[in-house]
Amino acid sequence: MTNALRVSPRELARLISGLERGDAEAQQRIFALYRQPPRAHMIGVTGAPGCGKSTLIAALTRVWRRQGSTVAILSVDPSSPFTGGAILGDRIRMGELSQDPGVFIRSMASRGAQGGVAQAAADAAIALDAAGFERIVIETVGAGQSDISIVHLADTVVVVEAPGLGDDIQAIKAGMLEIADVLVVNKADRPEAEAAFSTLAAALELGEAVTGHHGPAGVAGRISMPPAHHRSADGWRVPLLKVSALRAEGVEAVAQAIALHQRWQAAHPERAQERAAQALREHLQSMLLRAALDRIGEQQFNAWALRCAARELHPAEAAAQLLASVVKEGDCA
Amino acid sequence: MAEKLGQLSQTTRLRILIAKPGLDGHDRGAKVIARALRDAGMEVIYTGLRQTPEMIAEAALQEDVDAVGLSILSGAHNTLLPRVVQALRERGLGDIPVFAGGIIPEEDIPGLKAAGITAVFGPGASLEEIVRFIYEYTPRRAHRSA
Repeated sequence: MTNALRVSPRELARLISGLERGDAEAQQRIFALYRQPPRAHMIGVTGAPGCGKSTLIAALTRVWRRQGSTVAILSVDPSSPFTGGAILGDRIRMGELSQDPGVFIRSMASRGAQGGVAQAAADAAIALDAAGFERIVIETVGAGQSDISIVHLADTVVVVEAPGLGDDIQAIKAGMLEIADVLVVNKADRPEAEAAFSTLAAALELGEAVTGHHGPAGVAGRISMPPAHHRSADGWRVPLLKVSALRAEGVEAVAQAIALHQRWQAAHPERAQERAAQALREHLQSMLLRAALDRIGEQQFNAWALRCAARELHPAEAAAQLLASVVKEGDCA
Repeated sequence: MAEKLGQLSQTTRLRILIAKPGLDGHDRGAKVIARALRDAGMEVIYTGLRQTPEMIAEAALQEDVDAVGLSILSGAHNTLLPRVVQALRERGLGDIPVFAGGIIPEEDIPGLKAAGITAVFGPGASLEEIVRFIYEYTPRRAHRSA
């Protein structure tokens, strides 16, 4: 492993903590590292709670380790909006991997910050890249905003679905399918998996591959057939794959699809530009918000919030007035 | 509402590893502790069942935790708990407080403390007691106000 960062695993772990805290020194190190061309392949894995993301990531990691690649995993789970605490349990499915020096697993809580998941995880990923990890997996729960911002972190987004988590309308309305570069139906060992697969395939209007090659496959082992797919907005054919992560069936096909997408996206730099623009927007947004709140002050903020609660005025009116009052004082830097 | 304002900036949180060393198959106690710590505003990394001392120490290192809690019901505490402390020390993590809970007879506690376990909580211990212990013993508390 080429460790440009020249840090021990412990220092790496502490650097990530610094990034989570928003520590200025840790951020300066990331700013310097960002100027280096990235080497790692960043893979986002997202899906509803219980769809088997962690088990799939563990199975994929075993495949990559057999192929000789080093792997870092960033698992993001939500913080409690009430106490700020969190239970981070993704290591449960990754057991023995934690003893492999070629694998680094870090659990992160979303900490409820504006774009917080995206920013701290993106910076942690840069640190892991510099530390020499070749495949960096960022795992987020597909609920709320964090799953969308994963698109702006990852070179390749894997969306995991599982039988019994909702009908085809759920699949479409959740917006998860549009962000997928690789679509996986997990838990193929279950009898309902075939139905989930067909529903998803039909929902995506996959066309030929579904009716032509797949038939009643049901068994994950048949995944070596030409995968079903649909075409993403930027022209990539999104494969739909059936997997039993638990039985490690079909996992190599997922690894293969990820590798194919890695090569494809390397030839299509538009995504990277779009991601940079989005990251810039998110940073601007959170800096503006922080600058505005600094000027408004806690007391005034709370007073206005109370007025909104009392229905004296709509929060949008309050925001406009507050903003006007702070902008008048000068620039918004 | 002050909390809401605070949430807009990056916050610091205590990170606690809760692990079950050895072969026993019940983790209700560990989960109860995990929840209590979460409710106290901490980030709890839960490893699940059947962890070796090396797995626990490696998780503590990668997760950069402030304390390690071990739940053990199997009776193998006199062997396993000192080995966890040893594995932590081998990784330069000897300064992390380690607390234990589960079925641990009173007479075993002095030996465990001598082996580097900071505190042992029996079945009668209150959750508040454990939370208080963590606040008191986490070394980096100064710049990690929870």
